[in-house]
Amino acid sequence: MKLHEYQAKAIFARYGISVPDGNLAHTASEAATATESFGGRAAVKAQVHAGGRGLAGGVKVVSSPEEASSFAAGLLGSRLVTNQTDAAGVPIDSVLVESLANIGSEMYVAVTMDRDHRGAVMIASAGGGTSIEQLASEDPDAIITEPVDPVMGLMPYQCRRVATRLGLSGAALRDAAEVLSALYRIFVENDCSLVEVNPLIVTGDGAIMALDAKMDVEDDALFRHADLQQLRDRNQEDPLEAEAADDDIAYVSLDGSVGCLVNGAGLAMATLDVANAAGAPPANFLDVGGGATDEKVAKAVSIILSDPKVDRVLVNVFGGILRCDVAARGIVLAYEQLQAEQPLVVRMLGTNLEEGKSILAASGLNVTFADTLTEVTAALSNPPTGV
Amino acid sequence: MGILLNEQSRVLVQGITGREGSFHARACKDYGTQLVAGVTPGRGGQLFDDAVPVFNSVEEAVDATQANVSLIFVPPPFAPDAIAESVDAGIPLIACITEGIPVHDMVGLYRYVKANPARLIGPNCPGMINPGARCKVGIMPGNIHMPGRVGVVSRSGTLTYEAVGQLTEKEIGQSSCVGIGGDPIIGSSFVDILRLYNDDPDTDLVVFIGEIGGNMEQQAAEFIGSPEFTKPVCSLIVGATAPSGKRMGHAGAIITGESATAESKIRALERAGARIIPTPADIGDTVATALVEIGLGA
Repeated sequence: MKLHEYQAKAIFARYGISVPDGNLAHTASEAATATESFGGRAAVKAQVHAGGRGLAGGVKVVSSPEEASSFAAGLLGSRLVTNQTDAAGVPIDSVLVESLANIGSEMYVAVTMDRDHRGAVMIASAGGGTSIEQLASEDPDAIITEPVDPVMGLMPYQCRRVATRLGLSGAALRDAAEVLSALYRIFVENDCSLVEVNPLIVTGDGAIMALDAKMDVEDDALFRHADLQQLRDRNQEDPLEAEAADDDIAYVSLDGSVGCLVNGAGLAMATLDVANAAGAPPANFLDVGGGATDEKVAKAVSIILSDPKVDRVLVNVFGGILRCDVAARGIVLAYEQLQAEQPLVVRMLGTNLEEGKSILAASGLNVTFADTLTEVTAALSNPPTGV
Repeated sequence: MGILLNEQSRVLVQGITGREGSFHARACKDYGTQLVAGVTPGRGGQLFDDAVPVFNSVEEAVDATQANVSLIFVPPPFAPDAIAESVDAGIPLIACITEGIPVHDMVGLYRYVKANPARLIGPNCPGMINPGARCKVGIMPGNIHMPGRVGVVSRSGTLTYEAVGQLTEKEIGQSSCVGIGGDPIIGSSFVDILRLYNDDPDTDLVVFIGEIGGNMEQQAAEFIGSPEFTKPVCSLIVGATAPSGKRMGHAGAIITGESATAESKIRALERAGARIIPTPADIGDTVATALVEIGLGA
């Protein structure tokens, strides 16, 4: 789960990290008032769950309340398309209005989980502002990596080492080390998959300040963070993906036209590859999970069918815990409820296969059965019929 | 012979009285697995299916039954404790099926397991099976397997069944099948399992199924290409269609950089000399052809 910048900054402040004074604004006039309170100049920043806001026109330094008002008016209620969103972008429901900082130098700092190290690592670079991905490809030597031993935690000497490599000295070195230590505590205590500050700055007065703040909290750990659960912003999520997640269905929307219903993540990925190889690009990834009921299968089918791109549906179920008859009943249920007509290619294996097939055969739906993935490929190679 | 499991495997199930635990404990037992004990705190003294004693702790279960494999069906908030309890009781082989354990919990747990004489398979995995020994420690449907000399290793559940189904269809039997799990931090890597297959005199060829995310497949490729590894490998990597930055069901299946893509993994495996399975529909055919080429096929 992603947090908004303003939410992450509130958490940063609780851990003693300085952030610019800021007010969240939901209207243009609130943005103007906030700018006024900061002396007539401010940074106005769209609050969306996506990076790349600056390049996409979602951030502006304004020199008057009027400018703040008109910039905010243009953003609020619109959608921001960045290099990290899809073409539809994400809605802008609020802007963060912040007092301007006096920037001396900029740095990049993040804490993330490293799969090779099997634990947290701190990543830093003296070149702030630009994207770390770009830096990693252009100048990998400029990236500082500090793995953390989970028993010891990120030690103060490690924070000083990173700060030194960032080119800091004197009081700024000591202050930055404190900030790095706090970022690691934020990462661990809030079960984050990522805490990122880009840029972390040294101000003209030598103080350390987080100008931006990004926090991703691990979904699987939300059960023990009632406070963070409150920060979820469903408007920022893909509506179908969020609806699916509510029912414990893993769904990712894609660009093609073949709706896919599969049980198991690995088989679901494999099924997309099969569809693609057959020249029939998939409209979605969907893993309905192991112990699904007919209602859950019906829910999954209705999510698939609510995507207007879907002109046919591919079902690939390896019936173990999920029985084939249950899957078949769920499919028929959803098609009847939605009065849908998209043809189906159905491949099922395992428990109660014959019963599942006869339920589908008796349903009157346009079903092509396939016994193997090779037959699925053949069935998908023909264009859909009967819509 | 196969790997990890054999006729001497004595299995206990943690969470045996739960819905999933009881269903799968029964399926394992029906397959032929020596199910010697169950553990559910507070239910000690009961009998599962009138036959299998239930204990309050793993320690008690091991003392009474000499269990040497643990299979875990415990919900995510309590699964790390269940794994640690089995490690502490001296169980050498632990399979954790549970999906959804917070990654932060696995960081410490991974090190705890490594510091002890225990091997963890999973979490978020289907478990493992040795068809020749009629021993199944996991949630895979037993009936699709047949005894034989091809080893299978994969991250996933149903895709492993798909692979096994295609092999059995061609009457290519399996020495063992292992699903190592779809999470970012798991107890055993591909290399760990490939090493076991390399040392197993009853495995002729390994089917290795990877997916997008991380670089465990590249590490496996490096091992497969090394002189130490001597067995032929047929490899399938899934997720070529996946968009960057999206979690594809498995917590670990997310493209975060170039090395996490299917293309990069396939290239590494090609360089290592593995036979690439072109699409998921071609698993059985590719293995059958490979077996003929190495003089072991029909």
